[in-house]
Amino acid sequence: MSFSNKLRNRIGNMTDTNLLTSITIVVFFVMYLGAILFLGEGFLKPQTFFNILNANAALIILSCGMSLVMITGGIDISVGGVTALVCMCCAVFLDHYNGNVIGAILISIGIGLAFGLIQGYLISYLEIQPFIVTLAGMFFARGMTTIVNTNPFNVVNEQFVALKETRIIVPFMGYVNKAGNYVNAYIEIGVVVALLIVAVLFFVLKWTKTGRNFYAVGGNRQSALMLGVNVKRTTFISYLLCGLLAGIGGFVYFMHVGSGSASHASGAEMNAIASSIIGGTMLTGGVGNIIGTLFGVMSLALIQNIVSSVGLDQAWWTGITIAAMLCLFLVIQSIVMSRKSKSPASAEDTAAVSKKE
Amino acid sequence: MSERYIKEKGAAGFFKNLFRHQIFIPIAALLLLAIFNLIVDPSFFKITLGYSSDGFPVLSGNLMTIIDYGSELAILAIGMTLVTAASGGQDISVGAAIAISGSVVLRVLCGTDSRPEVLQAPIIVAFLVSCVVAMLFGAFNGTLVAYFKIQPMVATLILFTAGRSIAAWINNNELPIVSDKTFTYFGGFIPGVPIPTPFFIALICMAVIALALKFTNLGLYVQSVGINEKSSRLNGLNPQMIKFITYVILGLCVAVAAFIKVSRLSSINYSVIAKDIEMDAILAVALGGNALSGGKFNMTASILGAYVIQFLTTTLYKMEVQSAALSAYKAIVVIVLVVLSAPVVREKLSSLWKKITGGKTAKTQA
Repeated sequence: MSFSNKLRNRIGNMTDTNLLTSITIVVFFVMYLGAILFLGEGFLKPQTFFNILNANAALIILSCGMSLVMITGGIDISVGGVTALVCMCCAVFLDHYNGNVIGAILISIGIGLAFGLIQGYLISYLEIQPFIVTLAGMFFARGMTTIVNTNPFNVVNEQFVALKETRIIVPFMGYVNKAGNYVNAYIEIGVVVALLIVAVLFFVLKWTKTGRNFYAVGGNRQSALMLGVNVKRTTFISYLLCGLLAGIGGFVYFMHVGSGSASHASGAEMNAIASSIIGGTMLTGGVGNIIGTLFGVMSLALIQNIVSSVGLDQAWWTGITIAAMLCLFLVIQSIVMSRKSKSPASAEDTAAVSKKE
Repeated sequence: MSERYIKEKGAAGFFKNLFRHQIFIPIAALLLLAIFNLIVDPSFFKITLGYSSDGFPVLSGNLMTIIDYGSELAILAIGMTLVTAASGGQDISVGAAIAISGSVVLRVLCGTDSRPEVLQAPIIVAFLVSCVVAMLFGAFNGTLVAYFKIQPMVATLILFTAGRSIAAWINNNELPIVSDKTFTYFGGFIPGVPIPTPFFIALICMAVIALALKFTNLGLYVQSVGINEKSSRLNGLNPQMIKFITYVILGLCVAVAAFIKVSRLSSINYSVIAKDIEMDAILAVALGGNALSGGKFNMTASILGAYVIQFLTTTLYKMEVQSAALSAYKAIVVIVLVVLSAPVVREKLSSLWKKITGGKTAKTQA
């Protein structure tokens, strides 16, 4: 009994951010353990885990940007469109203009920054609803992708293909295949980029003034303004960073698929929002954690893996399971939040309110 | 909006009041588009009387296309306006819900056979069943938003991700085709009537919502919940119930729109049907000058906004823009409209106007 009490106290004392993040991390590990127990050896191989990372490096970066914006209390649904636009522009630049990889990287960062700048300005300084601005941004990016080049094509630029094929070998994680050969475990460059970004953003959000300002603005704009936070500039920076990350994420996506197409990353914005929410970021702002977002993406990818290895490989099951998972997490969040607000600390407030009634 | 200010007299005052009126935005957009088309190609407005393959008179022309294809959007805009006003968020699952509801219509009409010779059920039964299903999904969204207090966009994200999958699942991923002639009347023309039927269906919906707003407290309740949920609860309203009801109403609108959509094709394509229509519906509400953060709404402006969006789409098609590139141009138009209607920009523009006129109108600001 004392243990459960202690646990309850601990949970009661946790901040919203930590509580939601720990729920996600626990769920992720429970799911992985379940997968190993019931679906067998496949999930025990480190490479399965690394493959999940390889396939979702771009989504991790996009979700990080999304989390930043959501912590500040906004939303950016243009990230998927920007990704597609970056892929197409880089592909055209590399193949039709014989460009080099450095140029392509600069182009993707430039596109991302341009979207971030314009959307950020419209949202923070002209005070237009973020949803409508980024919706238009998404429309614009998707349309521009077709205008740049209509037909999808694979990139054959040697320099780029060499970069795309680069694998970073993870020591001691390989396995022996059926023929008896040792196969090295590997990750792609994109994963390193994604993990670096996660680390940097974790640091920024936790220990820098700008990072704390994001939480302040998202938690309560009015109080943040009273405390001397430059609300408009903070909002602007969050969208700028999100745009920049969308550009980088776009290039990482490009490195993974190696082609340009108007249908690339369709629905990526929704997956990014879903990952952020599963990772414990709340759309109302002020609550969220980059580590949680990382685990949000991983959980989403893991459940897709599990669903397809169970044998439900018809296309519709993926959509239905993601939705079910999102629904579950939203309801958990909602219940946790309402229980917390009923805890003794805020009981006086509730009493005061009910007295007024 | 205009009653907040003191009405001004004279011609200048008239224009000032006009600018402040909410419906000014969609009308101005409509006029701009009309003038643009008139300059580029006056034949845009030509309406010709042709004959359908069955020998019945049929009106055709760009304007007919607009009132035809704008109808689903207008019907959705009705529901979306109510949802936006009450819950301060938008339902982004309407496209997916249309796929589900359309799938249900075909499932009931075709039974287990995907290409039946005769209909397995009367059309009205199929429509009613799809209404019930769409309202159930609306209720699901409504429950998440009203009772679990999840932000509307996130709550409807669930159905957005799952909807088209569910739609495919209802029909086992088959694509049933209805061969019955009467079924095509709802999305095409009733024999002998030269005006497309969807327009009449939209008119009926508008009449119903107009009567509902006039003779019930729906509009008042929805707005008060949207403006201040707490104080409307203290005044004896049930905000959760009202939010819930708006989502169910949107479900009904979705069912009607889906019925028109499947009737047009007599079939369904799960991944393409009503694609991006949620964006268009939200734009219609925004273009109508309604605050996307909830509160007061103007239904007429929203419906007009829906037709303006369709007008824009048709204009772009007329200029031979690729359908995939359409969205880029739409986005630019939307950004211009939204920037011009942003309060901050308006204030700056009006202060600029004051500077030009020498501050004469400054004293009339109440």
